[in-house]
Amino acid sequence: MMPVASTEIVLVSLQFDHDLLMEEMHHAIQGETGIRTRIDECHHDIAPFYDAGRSQYNADLLLKHLDDYYPRDETRVVGITGVDLFTPILSFLFGQAYLGGKSAIVSGFRLKNERYGLPPDEELFQQRLLKGVMHELGHSFGLKHCVNPDCVMVASTYVEDVDHKNSHYCSRCRATLVDLDCIPGHGRE
Amino acid sequence: MTPAPEDLSILVVDDELAVRDSLQNWFMEDGYIVATAEDSKSALAQIKEQHFHIILIDIKMPGMDGLELHRRIRQIHADAIVIIMTAFASVDSAVEALKDGAYDYVCKPFDPDALSHMIRNAARQLELQEENISLKERIKNLDNIDDIIGTSEPMLQVLEKVRVVAGTESTVIISGESGTGKELIAKAIHMNSARRFFPMVTVHCGAVPENLLESELFGHERGAFTGAQYARKGKFEMADGATIFLDEIATISAKMQVELLRILETKTFTRVGGNREIRSDFRIICATNRDLKEMVDKGEFREDLYYRLNVFDINIPPLRERTDDIEPLAHYFIEKYAQQMNRPTSKIGRGAMNALNQYTFPGNVRELENMIERAIVVGEGDTIRAKNLPLRIDSTAPGVESIQDLEKIHILKILEKYHWNVSRTARALEIDRVTLYNKMKKYAIQKPGA
Repeated sequence: MMPVASTEIVLVSLQFDHDLLMEEMHHAIQGETGIRTRIDECHHDIAPFYDAGRSQYNADLLLKHLDDYYPRDETRVVGITGVDLFTPILSFLFGQAYLGGKSAIVSGFRLKNERYGLPPDEELFQQRLLKGVMHELGHSFGLKHCVNPDCVMVASTYVEDVDHKNSHYCSRCRATLVDLDCIPGHGRE
Repeated sequence: MTPAPEDLSILVVDDELAVRDSLQNWFMEDGYIVATAEDSKSALAQIKEQHFHIILIDIKMPGMDGLELHRRIRQIHADAIVIIMTAFASVDSAVEALKDGAYDYVCKPFDPDALSHMIRNAARQLELQEENISLKERIKNLDNIDDIIGTSEPMLQVLEKVRVVAGTESTVIISGESGTGKELIAKAIHMNSARRFFPMVTVHCGAVPENLLESELFGHERGAFTGAQYARKGKFEMADGATIFLDEIATISAKMQVELLRILETKTFTRVGGNREIRSDFRIICATNRDLKEMVDKGEFREDLYYRLNVFDINIPPLRERTDDIEPLAHYFIEKYAQQMNRPTSKIGRGAMNALNQYTFPGNVRELENMIERAIVVGEGDTIRAKNLPLRIDSTAPGVESIQDLEKIHILKILEKYHWNVSRTARALEIDRVTLYNKMKKYAIQKPGA
C-alpha cells in the first residue's frame, strides 16, 4: 500500500454537471480522510462506454479508462457521474471499485429523490453521493463490507440503505485504514 | 447464526471474463472467499481439489453446459448449494436444473439486491443443512429408539430433547395429543439414561380407579383394606433405581396431587395401612394430552406440583403437523404387521399414500398404525390400496367448524351405535378406553338417563 504522505485523491467529473457539489465533495472527502484531494478539470468523453442495448454506461470499462488515464500508483481516482451504470452481470450500480484497485466510480443517477417519485432534496442527494464516494474509496483502499450498521462500508443495494448509514468509517474500518497506511492516524473519529 | 462471509467459499463458473471478474469483485467486497472457472472442465478440477459452499453456474457455456456440470457436481459434492445463472431465454433449462436439485436460478443481469439476498439465503440454508446433519449425528447415538419413526424437523427436535434430558435426573413432562407416542418417548429417555438397567415402571393414572390409585402407587400392607390378604409393593417402590412413568397425569385427583408433591419432595412414602417409611430412588417422567398450565390457571391442577414436574418439557407434535413422517411410518407399520401376520403385503399404492398424506389423523400415529394393520388384514396382494384404508371422512354438520366439535359429534354417534358400550365404541374409534373416557369427560358426554 502506498504511503499516506504521497497519496492524493483526484475527483473527476464524468458527465456530472454539479460544479458546486464537486467543490463541496472535495472538502468533505479531504476532511473525512485527511488525504490531499483535488478536482481534475480534464474533460472525459464517456460516450464510448454507452451500451445502447441497456441504455446505461459500462462501469467496468469506465474504471479501466480511469486506471489507464491516471497511471500514478499513489493516486486514488474517483469518477463521479450523473449517468446510470451497469456491469455485464448486474442490472445497475450505485458505484464500483475493485478491492485495492486504483480507481472508483460513483453514480448519482439513482441517488436522486426524483427517481423514486419524491420531491427533490439536494442536501440529501449530496449526502448520498458523499457516502457513495467514501464507500467506493474504502474498497479501493482494500476495505470489505462492514457489519456495523452506521459505517459507510455497509453494503447498500437500496437508496434507503444508503440513508441509514452515515458518511464515516467506523472505528474498526478506520483502524484498518490506518494500519494499512492508507489514511493518517490522526484523522477524524 | 448464519456463517460469516469469510467462512464461505464461492465458485463462479462462466465463460465470460467480465461476468467472472464482476461477480468475484462483488463477492469479495462482501468478504467471501471467491474462485472462478471459465468452463466446466476447469470447475470440476477445482471442485475435486477444494470444497466450495456455493457454486454459481452459467447455463450456457461451450463444451459441457451448466446443466451437465450441475449433475456432475451433485455426484461429487451433493451438499454444495448450486445457483444457476441464465438469460431470460433459457429459463426452461434453469427450471430443469431446479428439478435436478439446484438451489435457485437467477436471470442475467441480476438486480444487486436480489443477488445479495440469494447469497445470504444460501448461507442460511447451509447453516440449516449443517444443523440438521449434526442433529442426526447426535441422535444416532441414542439407543433403543428403533420404534420411533420420523425424520421430520419437529421429530428431530423432539429426539434432540430426548438426547439432552436422558442423561440427567430431571423430571420430564411429555405432552402431546393422544396417539402421538408419548410412552415411546418416555422409554427412549429411560433407555438412554443411567437407569436403563432397571425397568421403566408405568402407571396409566387414568385407567386406575381413584380408590385404587393410592395402593397402586404406594403399595399396601396386609389387611390394609378388605381383600388385601398380602402386602404388596407399590409402583414407586418398584421403581427404586429406575424410572416411573406416570401416564395421563392430568387425571389424578386433588388428594393424589398432594401425595405426589410430598413424595417428590421427600422421596419417601408409606404403604397404605403401614407406618414404615420407605425410601425409593426414582426418576419421574409424566405424560399428558392436556394443557397442564391451563389446568393450573383454572385451579384444576396444583401449581406447586406443576412446577415440580415441569423441569423439562417435551411436546410431541401431532402427525398432521409433521406430514413428512407419514410415509416412513406407513412403511414401518407395513413391514411390522406383514411380518407379524405372515402376509405378502410390502408396498403401498400411490393413491393410498396420497390419501394418507391428505388425512388429518385425529388419532395420530396410533390411528395410522391401526389403519395399516386393518388394511393388511382386509387387503389382497402385496400392495395396500386406498379402498383398504378406513379413512374417516365425516360429513360435517351445519354450523360445525372446529375439529373438537366434529370429534364430539362423532364420538356421540359411535356411542349410540354401540348402545353406549364403551369398550366396543373405543375399539371402533381405534382409541383406548381411557382415552375415550377422557374425551367423554372433556366433552361432557353422558349416557342419557345416567
